[in-house]
Amino acid sequence: MAALCRRFTGFHFLLVLVSLSISSLVFGDWIGDDEGEQFTEELLLKPLPDRKVLAHFHFQSTAHPSPDSGHHHHLFPKAIAQLVQKFQIRDLELSFTQGRWNYENWGGSDPISSTNAKPPGVELWATFNVPVVEIDTTWKNLTHALSGLFCSSINFLESSTSYTTPSFVFGLNVSNIRYGALPREAVCTENLTPWLKLLPCRDKAGLATLLDRPSIYKGYYHSQKLRLTSTKLSGIILEQTLTIVLQPNIQRNSAHSLLDGAIQPSWSISSMFKRNLTGSCVLARTSRILVELEKNIVSKLEELGHGGSWSNSLLDLSPNPFRVIKEVNPFPEESNSILFEYVNSKEYEPLDVGIKWKLPFVWSSPHAPFHASRFLMGSGTERGSIAISLQSTKSDEYFRSKSNECRMQAVVFQVVPWYVKVYYHTLQIFIDQKLQNLSDVIEKIRVTPSEDKKLPGTLELVLGYPCTVQSVALTLDFDKGFLHIHEYPPDANQGFDIPSALVTFPNLHSSRIYIGDDSSVHSPLLLKFQEKNVVLSYTEVLLVPFTTPDFSMPYNVITFTCTVLALYFGSLLNVLRRRIGEEERLMRSKDATKRGLIPLIVSKITSKLRGMPRSKPLLIFAVVLSVLFHYIVN
Amino acid sequence: MAVKEEGDTSQQGKKSRSRLILRLGALLVAHSGLVSVVCCAAGIIAFILLPVLANNTYISENALMPGSADPAFSSQEVLDANRLTMDILNRGAAKASGIEIAKLLREYIVAVGAESYYHKFVPRANKFHPLHFFSSTTDNLDLPANPSCGSFILNAVGIIRAPRGDGKETIVLVTPYNSQNTTYSDAVSLGIGFSIISLLSHVTWLAKDIVWLAADSRYGEYMTVDSWLKDYHGPAFPGETSRIVDDACFEENNSDSLDHIKVEGHNSYVYKRAGTMAAALVLKVVDKKEKEERDSLSIYAEASNGQMPNLDLINIAHYLAVHRQGLRVKIGSIIYFLKASWVKLLGEMLQHITTLAKLLNPKWKLDITSADYVEGTATLASSIYYQALGVPTGSHGAFRNYQVDAVTLEFSPRSSLNNENVRSAFLLKTGRLIEGVIRSVNNLLEKFHQSFFLYFLTAPHKYVSVGIYMIPFGILIAPLPIVAAALFSSNNGSSNKDGSWKWLQAAKVVFLIHLWAMITSLLPYVLLQLPLVTPSSFTSAWAAVAICFLLITYLILWSSSIDCGWELLKSVMIVAAAIGLSLMSVINFSTAQIGAMLIVPMCLLVKPARKQTQGVFAKALMLTSNLALLVVAFPPAALLIAKTLFGASGNIDIGDFWEWAQILWSWNSATYMYLLWIHLPCWVLCLNIFLYPCIGSSSKA
Repeated sequence: MAALCRRFTGFHFLLVLVSLSISSLVFGDWIGDDEGEQFTEELLLKPLPDRKVLAHFHFQSTAHPSPDSGHHHHLFPKAIAQLVQKFQIRDLELSFTQGRWNYENWGGSDPISSTNAKPPGVELWATFNVPVVEIDTTWKNLTHALSGLFCSSINFLESSTSYTTPSFVFGLNVSNIRYGALPREAVCTENLTPWLKLLPCRDKAGLATLLDRPSIYKGYYHSQKLRLTSTKLSGIILEQTLTIVLQPNIQRNSAHSLLDGAIQPSWSISSMFKRNLTGSCVLARTSRILVELEKNIVSKLEELGHGGSWSNSLLDLSPNPFRVIKEVNPFPEESNSILFEYVNSKEYEPLDVGIKWKLPFVWSSPHAPFHASRFLMGSGTERGSIAISLQSTKSDEYFRSKSNECRMQAVVFQVVPWYVKVYYHTLQIFIDQKLQNLSDVIEKIRVTPSEDKKLPGTLELVLGYPCTVQSVALTLDFDKGFLHIHEYPPDANQGFDIPSALVTFPNLHSSRIYIGDDSSVHSPLLLKFQEKNVVLSYTEVLLVPFTTPDFSMPYNVITFTCTVLALYFGSLLNVLRRRIGEEERLMRSKDATKRGLIPLIVSKITSKLRGMPRSKPLLIFAVVLSVLFHYIVN
Repeated sequence: MAVKEEGDTSQQGKKSRSRLILRLGALLVAHSGLVSVVCCAAGIIAFILLPVLANNTYISENALMPGSADPAFSSQEVLDANRLTMDILNRGAAKASGIEIAKLLREYIVAVGAESYYHKFVPRANKFHPLHFFSSTTDNLDLPANPSCGSFILNAVGIIRAPRGDGKETIVLVTPYNSQNTTYSDAVSLGIGFSIISLLSHVTWLAKDIVWLAADSRYGEYMTVDSWLKDYHGPAFPGETSRIVDDACFEENNSDSLDHIKVEGHNSYVYKRAGTMAAALVLKVVDKKEKEERDSLSIYAEASNGQMPNLDLINIAHYLAVHRQGLRVKIGSIIYFLKASWVKLLGEMLQHITTLAKLLNPKWKLDITSADYVEGTATLASSIYYQALGVPTGSHGAFRNYQVDAVTLEFSPRSSLNNENVRSAFLLKTGRLIEGVIRSVNNLLEKFHQSFFLYFLTAPHKYVSVGIYMIPFGILIAPLPIVAAALFSSNNGSSNKDGSWKWLQAAKVVFLIHLWAMITSLLPYVLLQLPLVTPSSFTSAWAAVAICFLLITYLILWSSSIDCGWELLKSVMIVAAAIGLSLMSVINFSTAQIGAMLIVPMCLLVKPARKQTQGVFAKALMLTSNLALLVVAFPPAALLIAKTLFGASGNIDIGDFWEWAQILWSWNSATYMYLLWIHLPCWVLCLNIFLYPCIGSSSKA
């Protein structure tokens, strides 16, 4: 099949070659043959329960380690290769996210949500192949390099107050990992353009042409991710994914119709992206579009009596898919999700994949067993507490699969900036509103207390509790630090951000197995889905209001301080200079003649006035008064 | 004085000359009588001038940009609002269980695509917590043993998550309604609330989340909003209290609910939050019977202990209401001042003076017409009164406890809402106004901090800032330390032996009287344990016990209070009063201002009645003024006078005092503490001085 596939694409490449100029012939030379570098592009589309559509772009470039190629690459972006080489990166994940992943409606336990739901802002983690002592410097250099590469302020992660070393959260038993997040980083086209530049066809051909900026930034969630893995054996693998949630245009006539008929909006690629997809990137080995129907839709379809059909009384998938790929899962009585595959190769005819809904239908996405949320407690600008709550979603699948005796594990990873002074001894854990003995619930804990202006506080915690629990809640008290004026970030009056906490469920995996997946479908995306990914969810970013000084204050402070200093030094000098005894003696001798300043002036004025004619003092008085009055008036 | 000293150099010259500042101080102390008269007069005049000194408000924070975008609130939303209003009235009439409306609201919210949940709580009565002033009480989880269904209150809450926002901040919209007795205006206000939510659920500009709380105000809207806020900022872990009575009281009727409600049905009681609150708007509709020429908007902003929201929030509401929607904006005013002829006279005088002043310097922006002055005075009086009372004027006060800026916007249509056209136009205006305010707050990157937090309003668009209103107060209390020093030094100078330590005895008296006052302030806690029923019995018991304690204190103190002499006693009392007033001015300025106007003249003027004075006329004047001040400054008497002045209904019961005190402490008002810890002991000491038996040498000073 793979051969067939190859021939298939080869055929099209032949067509392309004919139509293209001679220069592309040079490329064509190695596309078919060279196993060293590969590029694939895939797009997954999935209708979501809340009338939205998920689009997940997956671009993968691989560079095999070949000593003879040296520094030169045909397809693989040179910038990334150099990055890997220079900083000896083993793993790296960088994500730019705008908006929040809705775990309730968009799913919490499927592969997309567990790998592509990211916290708002920038998140970066990396592992290095360098000695432990050099890791910090390597990380700092890396942040600068990435910040230049992606036009963002990743370099803020350079400071030791903003990154941390998780020990067991990422499942990697390593000390050479660094993790940092910038929740306030804004994400826009300026970050997308450099990301697209890493693709061999940029956004000039292939699936990336769909990325019409206005329509993708109008979405409800936007996360661009870059994942790098580099090993001696397989070389460098660069995955670039872009996950967006879009709202297809719906005719909003009245809320009444929303109430009555919950018919899903119909959509197609051209209607959502405002672009037509014509042809693939010639450099891509495969270019395909997958449409996924979740298992709850499939079960409904099966109920209606048409299992894997793409055109039925519920919905209409057009055009006809190239292939149908079914998921296998361990519970045979349940229905599984279905993938419809389209191969994007026709150059002249736009591939406009779309779904037309015919009947009103409501379903729900697979939830993670517990929904994690985090909030602040308390009021005032002095202290407060952070609470992380895990609320059971009662997802049937999970509880059916486990016996009553099962135990749930949850790993909580929380980084807190140093100015939020968390008292880790105040950790309290409530299970079903009952305060628990910490040692009963905590299986493993690692706390790195924060250090002022040096280290953020890190909490890693493995909780173990019965699966039947309804809610778990953790609370941690904190004091709000008092900052130096130069330590406040811009917009300090908004408050300070606490980056998202990460909650993972290590004994739950979001892997999927697909029928007929041997080598028949060579799809990196599906391979990705089959990986054993731990189910995880990020919590909200928190905003902690702080006391802020009046930032125009320095001027006042300077003037005030200067006054105080002048007064102090003046009186000090006065005291030092004075000789009391001498002064008294002098005073006694001169007292008869010397007068105070004010009496002197008064007496002088009166003596002068006495000599003047009667009208003059009045005149002078009037002049002085008028001057004074004028002064006051103005 | 310096000149005088200079005159006889032969004697004084031998002493080393003191510093200028000390000499100035001595000058002031020597002329304390004149200084105190001048300062008191100046303070009161400056206070009366405040409406003249008020500035026009302006929008200080540039990011707010009110009215810069065209409102998107259209007739479509008006239809939404109308539909919900009708639905509520129909369903509310059918089943008055109190839950129906919340259920209906939730259906609507979910249909619009927003998140929604029920908030449920058991109302509790406010108790007297002697030690809980200024502290938020997050405890009392003392649930009734067998909570019945009727005792629960169910609020529907809707949350719109900003599509591209990070969910760090929220804007809260509250619409109180009474579920037991839903009036037409309640239903309309819910309709407006929903139409706003339905509009905001599909706008693209949202950066902050929007929370809509439809608060069932069956037992008072403040309590509902407060308990919701308490849960928002407290450990309201999902499903707390609710599970117990869930099944018994609120059986989910699955048959008629919609599919997607079924999907989310299991967690409809899970408390959801949405980030730090940026601002809150409480929205109310009042259907008036009488016709007006325009729809009007009343803004209420006073929270507990005279705390105000940022002036910018009021500014944007006022700006949008006046300049965009053409509403008439009103803020509270005291009618007495509008009608009082002396205020009118004063206004006319000031008008002449200001025109004169304007001739002198055209740059002075002091021109004020008599009518403006009268209205400004009435508004300022109400502003000061509500701040001084320390009781919030609406449920927005609950937000202030969490440092959230909030105002109540109360809309009243120009004629009855039953008229279809009037209602549509009214809904369109109010909806657009609220949309505009929310949009402005949404623009805000930082929290409100640019504009004033300490101000009085003299008109919806005029304010008196802290920088101005502190001046009259400062002038008013300035003579206190001077007079105290004068009394002290005169006494010290005249007495020969052991005089320097005599003040300690006076201090003991003052301290014990303050202690007595403190005990009196805590008495209600004990009294509440007693089986008393009527407020008047409470009042008499309170008064009786307090007087008993006072007598006992006097039995102990009699000798020392006579010994120390009334000058010293007065001097220490004045110092205590000055300290108390300046402390109070930091906590609640308005209370301190009103208190100072009563206390300061009393403290300065008080003299023993039996003291020998030259001239019958002077003595009579002194006696009458002392007596008058002593009567006016006695808190219950002051309350009575205020009540009769401001036209409250006739008969006065002594139980009113208890009820009044109850209001103060149940709202944690610092005014209660001021009255009992500073004002009352000061009054008792003044009375003591007034009745001082002038025997011995000290009286001749």
